[in-house]
Amino acid sequence: MKMGAFLAAGLLALAAPALADPPQRIVSVGGSVTEIVAALGAADLLVGRDSTSTWPPEVAALPDVGYFRALSPEGVLGLAPDMVLAEADAGPVEAVEVLKAAGIPYVALPGEPSPEGIAAKITAVGEAIGRQAEAATLVETFAAEIAAVRADAAQVPAADRKRVLFVLANQAGRLLVGGEGSSAAAIIALAGGVNAGTGFHGYKQATDEAILTSAPDVILMMDREGDLAISDAEVLGHPALGTTPAAQAGAILRMDGLLLLGFGPRTAQAARQLHDALYGPSEG
Amino acid sequence: MTAPALRLAGDPPASPRARRALHLRWGLVALLLLAAVLSISTGAAGLSLPRVLGDWLSGAGLATRDRVILFDIRLPRLAMGMMVGAALAVSGALMQGLFRNPLADPGVVGVAAGASLGAVSAIVLGGLLPVALTRVLGPQFLVPLAAFLFAWGATMLLYRLARAGGQTSVATLLLAGIALTALAVALTGILINMANDQQLRDLTFWNMGSLAGASWMKLALALPFVAPALVFAPRLAGGLNALALGEAAAAHMGHDVERLKRWSVLAVAAAAGAAVSVAGAIGFIGIVVPHLLRLASGPDHRALLPNAALLGAALLVGADVIARQVVAPAELPIGIVTAILGAPVFLWILMRRRGFGGI
Repeated sequence: MKMGAFLAAGLLALAAPALADPPQRIVSVGGSVTEIVAALGAADLLVGRDSTSTWPPEVAALPDVGYFRALSPEGVLGLAPDMVLAEADAGPVEAVEVLKAAGIPYVALPGEPSPEGIAAKITAVGEAIGRQAEAATLVETFAAEIAAVRADAAQVPAADRKRVLFVLANQAGRLLVGGEGSSAAAIIALAGGVNAGTGFHGYKQATDEAILTSAPDVILMMDREGDLAISDAEVLGHPALGTTPAAQAGAILRMDGLLLLGFGPRTAQAARQLHDALYGPSEG
Repeated sequence: MTAPALRLAGDPPASPRARRALHLRWGLVALLLLAAVLSISTGAAGLSLPRVLGDWLSGAGLATRDRVILFDIRLPRLAMGMMVGAALAVSGALMQGLFRNPLADPGVVGVAAGASLGAVSAIVLGGLLPVALTRVLGPQFLVPLAAFLFAWGATMLLYRLARAGGQTSVATLLLAGIALTALAVALTGILINMANDQQLRDLTFWNMGSLAGASWMKLALALPFVAPALVFAPRLAGGLNALALGEAAAAHMGHDVERLKRWSVLAVAAAAGAAVSVAGAIGFIGIVVPHLLRLASGPDHRALLPNAALLGAALLVGADVIARQVVAPAELPIGIVTAILGAPVFLWILMRRRGFGGI
């Protein structure tokens, strides 16, 4: 008994340096990183964010240190953080090196855009800010939600799988659509759909003929306002898009961009929303 | 080596013109010092310079954060700003002198398009290189290295194209430059079409120029190309002055015009190529600075070249101070600042000159 207590104390002492002083002033670089920090209940510890961090809405009030690939080291240091949490590919490299040299813990987080990658990221953030328990709970909930949506997606018979074309932007009739390996393709697959944009990687401008042959059953777009919004009339009036099965059936879906493509803790929710929109809510 | 740069040869020191030139020179030195002090003492981190200097001089030792801000962020940035500004302005003055055209800048001999193609290639195709190579180079050096090699290569190719029978045709140089630039832009376009979102953002930032990536290492890599070119440039002044009267006249006056062309192009390829490769494409310094100075002190290249180095350095450092302040804690790409300030000044010069029956 005594032995066990000693052992426990020893282990605690070993773990102490990591747990000793959780950060109080965090600069978060990367949209999904900021979402995770907020989901772990640490939003009040944030003192700065990058320009891709727009969720939850209250982080918009925080100082913006710029695009996560073009950070200004002095701007970050000026916020007097005691920890910088960043996507693994934040940059430029010189800025990251300077931040590391400044003696502030700089935590680069793994960034794979998959459910497993998100779970790993949540765990890493939890460890960095000393909220391991909250992170474990969040990972558990997240994994369960993902498993549920995956199970539902797996039940869709191959013949019934909907072909989904993600349209990122309409630049005067030229459409920017999601191809293989894009984050749009990943979320469509997660929801049980088939990405109609094939034969090219990432987000590319597709010719009218390519759009015709992609023959989507559903057109998926971001729910945007102002100039970037694409109206139904624009879709129906487009020479190629307007003649696709999706346009003729009026199957046009809009979802919040960061929710849909952000690959953060809300991805399970996004996949569920997309799945339900494609196939209707699963019974049970 | 600095003596000829600081004093104007040929004029007795007592003449009013020489006095004015001397005043201008010291005014520019003062302007550069002012910009340097501003650059060192301002920034998003709100560092108290007197306190930091006091700590440092008294041997009390600096806090890690203060030391990093001063020695790893602000000082390399100031040094790189001065180097890049001086290189661009002197290159612009050399090109305008060589082409006898007020609109010439290093872009005319393919430096900008070449560097841009190199940078884009490195950003988009860098991932295809053997990992061992990128690890040795470091990802932050791949882009500047490719930019410099392509800028240098484009300029040398152009010079070779314009040379026939031991003669370099300036008109061919200009026209071939346009063709080569179009080709480089097209190749860049192909690469841009292959790029993913993140690479596109990286490209955009490179194309707008920035001193944000300043480091002692980059400075050490670029300075061996920029410094000799800047030191050497004033020796071309006499030849460029004579060239203003035409190639034949310059040759009759005893200048080796071919040699003059060769060294001007080499100096620009080295100075502007290295500057652009570490800082990205920064516009307007190369055009506005020589024009401002011609208004102030006339077209004599003996005064123009060293003055351009001083004013170019001061203006770029000043523009960087603005770039760091307006959207702090983020920062604006410096190319935006130089263009916003430079374009109206350039228009003003243009209008004024038209009033005099110029261009």
